[in-house]
Amino acid sequence: MVSFFWNLTKSLFSVFLNVLPILIVVTFFQLFVIKQPFPNLTATISGLFFLLAGLFLFIQGLEIGLFPLGEKMAFQFSAKGNLWGILIFGFAIGFSTTIAEPALIAIAAKAGEIAAHGSAIPNSKESIESFTFGLRITVALSVGIAISVGVLRIIKGWPIHWFIIIGYFFITVITAYAPKEIIGIAYDSGGITTSTITVPLVATLGVGLAASIRGRSPIADGFGLIALASLTPILFVMVYGMIIY
Amino acid sequence: MDLIYHSSNVVLSTIKDILPIFGVVIFFQLLVIKKKIENLGRLIYGFVLVIIGLAVFLVGLEEGLFPLGESMSKQLTNFHFLAKGNALLIEHIEKKGIIYPSLYYWTYIFAFFIGFSTTIAEPALIAVALKAKEVSTGAISSWGLRITVAFGVAIGISLGCYRIIIGAPLHWYIVFGYILVICQTFYAPKMIIPLAYDSGGVTTSTVTVPLVTALGIGLASNIPGRSVLIDAFGLIAFASLFPIITVLFFGTVAEWLAKRRKREKAL
Repeated sequence: MVSFFWNLTKSLFSVFLNVLPILIVVTFFQLFVIKQPFPNLTATISGLFFLLAGLFLFIQGLEIGLFPLGEKMAFQFSAKGNLWGILIFGFAIGFSTTIAEPALIAIAAKAGEIAAHGSAIPNSKESIESFTFGLRITVALSVGIAISVGVLRIIKGWPIHWFIIIGYFFITVITAYAPKEIIGIAYDSGGITTSTITVPLVATLGVGLAASIRGRSPIADGFGLIALASLTPILFVMVYGMIIY
Repeated sequence: MDLIYHSSNVVLSTIKDILPIFGVVIFFQLLVIKKKIENLGRLIYGFVLVIIGLAVFLVGLEEGLFPLGESMSKQLTNFHFLAKGNALLIEHIEKKGIIYPSLYYWTYIFAFFIGFSTTIAEPALIAVALKAKEVSTGAISSWGLRITVAFGVAIGISLGCYRIIIGAPLHWYIVFGYILVICQTFYAPKMIIPLAYDSGGVTTSTVTVPLVTALGIGLASNIPGRSVLIDAFGLIAFASLFPIITVLFFGTVAEWLAKRRKREKAL
């Protein structure tokens, strides 16, 4: 009983370490730079407790649910030797999680506003909505393709850096031709597509796959799926902008 | 009461986010793999913990952190506040539209530290760092990786704020960063390269994106001649690029130090 509480205290403290930097930064700037009391101290403190409890449960759940699931699926796929199955699985995971991603929905709506503002599309509700929806489909497709190409890369053992270098090269070239208004959004869309639940699942899938194939190292070959999923949206969004504008 | 209503809303939307994953997993498990999942109950229990944990975390962010972060960003990017009532300076900015990048030093410092601290709390990065520690059998420490990534985000957002203030085109910075990453790739140890590339996309998620967006909007709406619609973007791109640079750099230095130590031992 004592050791249970001791362990609980220990893991709660290690979770507390994760939010401690935010606490220090916010307190310092509010009190010493802005020099004002906290506008709503009770909300801030209760918010902090929610952050702690949430992070604690999330990390527990990762170890119990998400990590083992990703690993098991990777092993079962490679045991079956079903290449197309796992490629389509990668595409489906990438596409389905991205299309529903709230951050993407928000940024796509902003992009629609910009396009209507710059009179690239007619300033009506329908045309903005169809622009926004098209953008979301574009990004989701690009993430789906990225994950399945990344899975193929792990299976074949191709080095990741050639993909990144070629990807960057294309981005650089297309940037020169893409409409100016879309460039900022395109670059930002790369970072936001991979959500908090997708990342652990995709990462364990990659690592598990690399671990179950002979000759692949989980650390050197298993990672890299998220990198590809952050790169392709930049390309696809700029191309989408070029077609629409 | 309000909080309970809000919390249940957040739980629902988190479940909505996770449903597509669930659907895809079940579909492939039943129709392609055609095998029973062992320990199904335990897996579901883990998933429930993840959903509740993430939802509670989001409520904490929305109730406590985001309103505060937004009001701080607004203040720390406002030239009236930064000029500390210097009437002549304010007149220069307002009437002549002159921009003094050095006036905004608190903005850069705030951007640096808020970038660093939110990255440390980012759940997706915690997950990837745990995994990296596990598969490297401890060679990559999870705190070491997270602190390195956080430094990258901090530098990136700080520099990104400077770019918004001087109004330079985003793509020159990004293209230069890409070239740097490619050069680093040839010197970095093979083991760290995929992880470094991944850390770019992982960092910018639940905590960092909304706060950084608030910072960008605050800046763009405060500087004469900047448009919120166009100039506010680009900070996230910086925050995804610079961690790659710092992780590759750290990996290269760590390998170099280890080699030197080995050589010294051999002598």
